[in-house]
Amino acid sequence: MSELDDNQAQRDAIAVDRTKGDFKYEENYAFDAGIGLSAKVVDYISNVKGEDAWINEFRQKALKIFTDLPMPTHWATEDLKNIKFDEIRYYLSKGQKASRTWEEVPDDVKETFERLGIPEAERKFLAGVEAQFDSEAVYSRMKDEMSKLGVIFCGPTEGLRDHPEIFRKWFGKVIPAGDNKFAALNSAVFSGGSFIYIPKGVKVAQPLQAYFRINAENFGQFERTLIIADEGSEVTYMEGCTAPKFETATLHSAVVELVALKGAKIQYITVQNWSANVFNLVTKRGVAEEDAEVRWIDCNIGSRLTMKYPGVVLRGKRARGEVLSIALANDGQHQDTGAKMIHAADETSSNIIAKSISVGAGRSTYRGLVHIPKTLRNCKNNTECDALLINEHSRTDTYPAISVRGQKNSVQHEASVSKVSAEQIFYMMQRGLTEGEAMSLAVNGFVNDLVKEFPMEYSVELKRLIELQMEGSVG
Amino acid sequence: MPDSLVIKNLNASIGDRAILKDFSLTVPKGEVHAIMGPNGTGKSTLAKVLAGHPDYSVQSGEAFIDGEQIIGQEPDAIARAGLFLAFQYPSEIPGVTIANFIRAALVARQAKGAPFDAKAYYAELYAKMDTLKMDRKFTSRFVNEGFSGGEKKRCEILQLMMLKPKYAVLDETDSGLDIDALRIVSEGVNRLRGPDMGFLVITHYQRLLEYIVPDRVHIMYDGRIVHSGDKDLAIELEAKGYDWVKKDLASA
Repeated sequence: MSELDDNQAQRDAIAVDRTKGDFKYEENYAFDAGIGLSAKVVDYISNVKGEDAWINEFRQKALKIFTDLPMPTHWATEDLKNIKFDEIRYYLSKGQKASRTWEEVPDDVKETFERLGIPEAERKFLAGVEAQFDSEAVYSRMKDEMSKLGVIFCGPTEGLRDHPEIFRKWFGKVIPAGDNKFAALNSAVFSGGSFIYIPKGVKVAQPLQAYFRINAENFGQFERTLIIADEGSEVTYMEGCTAPKFETATLHSAVVELVALKGAKIQYITVQNWSANVFNLVTKRGVAEEDAEVRWIDCNIGSRLTMKYPGVVLRGKRARGEVLSIALANDGQHQDTGAKMIHAADETSSNIIAKSISVGAGRSTYRGLVHIPKTLRNCKNNTECDALLINEHSRTDTYPAISVRGQKNSVQHEASVSKVSAEQIFYMMQRGLTEGEAMSLAVNGFVNDLVKEFPMEYSVELKRLIELQMEGSVG
Repeated sequence: MPDSLVIKNLNASIGDRAILKDFSLTVPKGEVHAIMGPNGTGKSTLAKVLAGHPDYSVQSGEAFIDGEQIIGQEPDAIARAGLFLAFQYPSEIPGVTIANFIRAALVARQAKGAPFDAKAYYAELYAKMDTLKMDRKFTSRFVNEGFSGGEKKRCEILQLMMLKPKYAVLDETDSGLDIDALRIVSEGVNRLRGPDMGFLVITHYQRLLEYIVPDRVHIMYDGRIVHSGDKDLAIELEAKGYDWVKKDLASA
């Protein structure tokens, strides 16, 4: 039997399961890998997707790494122990191809995204949109002029199947499966996410956008994104994430790899607003070749625990890396975020600006890594971390690790902690603002200079999210 | 009284220290009343208690804005009911521009979701800034951050002009002002004087009252008003000094 036939047979087999699923699950998923993680679950995902053997092998190897690696509680929070991997559902999908029009998207899913304002944003200012519901994209469309320029914007399943010559070269190379326990988990069960290729010299003026939505309880979302910007090209990619409030913990563990070839520019913007029981454990890293630039703009709002340290490997001369990060930790939340800058060529420069806000009993942690080996010359790093505390129960910690050696390399590091005082709140309330409005104004003021770097539509969204958080934090 | 700021037998304390002692005063709308008194007599406490500051507790008494009880209300509700306090030491709000701050205060007074006329807002803001001789660039500076004493007070008066309360309490607005700034700030207040606004001007010195001529002057001592009179009382007080008040009280 040829591979193609084999895949077809598997699909047919699954098609039988589909009817069972329809009866069994209220959420009406056609494909459900069941509860818990095993080699069988990994095979199930590969089969549903009709993947090549090498991908299944990649997945199975990653699963073994995941199982073997200890939980990194020796440096990170003990809360990681509360993730119950045996109770999570690793793959859920409605089993249809991503639609190219919103009309074809199932009504309940469409309504979800309409509430989130995605179709409207697409019409207004986006070059392409992908909307993922649990494990798979339900909608994917790029403006026609982008396709004509040779831009590829699809999911990893389609990318690895239809464009292996482009994606296989870099897939799992920037972040290997063994990078960390959660990168291994993602490598084993990844589904959904974006694969993007921007051809040489193509500058995509409008952003490409992906929206990730967790809909099912006890679910793990493991999207995988790889963006390759070929020489001299430019792209801005934005992702938004939400989930409804569930009683039980949900896991989101993504891997994002960026490759900026010579002279290319990639800007990656995240605005996540996870509900308060999502474990959000994400690995994000970019490689910048000669004269290339990788810029992460990362806004972490919500979640129970976020651990995320976007990084840039500055591999070519004069490459530039930047991380601008905003984290808001409300009551019962822990934002453990930061940045990594690995300088690996002369004259490379990096910039990290991290701002965290801790509200109520919220906790925010900054972890930074800046590495400039002694063989390099004329490298620069600037790091600023500012923390804002809204009341005395909140907590902030800073763990900067900076290793700089060699001649003519320079590093600047500044850190500050400030507090919104009762007098400031009283002053604003005396002008007629409610306590919540006063706090959100103070928080918006604190992040103001960073938010200016955002595309307008996103700065408005961020401001609104901060307002919602602060309103909710006032008793 | 419907058209007045009425304070009746107010007793207030901070911690276990009583500061306002049976304080009573009525400021009819359209009038400017000055409160003078030595340091530590409770003038600033009065301003903060009226504005609902959480550090002070009110044991008894009442205060009304045009008949609406404000004691026990949240500071923002009191502000929206029509009381404005020009602070002696206004807070800095880093990252928030003056334009955005005043705009947020105005939006807080609108019905939820009502559209905001940004064009009209800026036109009015610029006009008011012109009268206070403030540079237009001022709008993009962060509220009170790095301001001189005079700039802070001008900024308070700008907010007062934009928010148009029913009653304004000016707490030691003259402190930290040089003579030019004092004149500009006073002119701003004088422009606002009229049948729709009442003023309670708290000051330690008579100097301010040469520019903002009061309808009534009250002398406060030990948490209550001990003398009331017309503008000449301020001049008499300046001439005789606060010792006169103390002796007068002791002999009474």
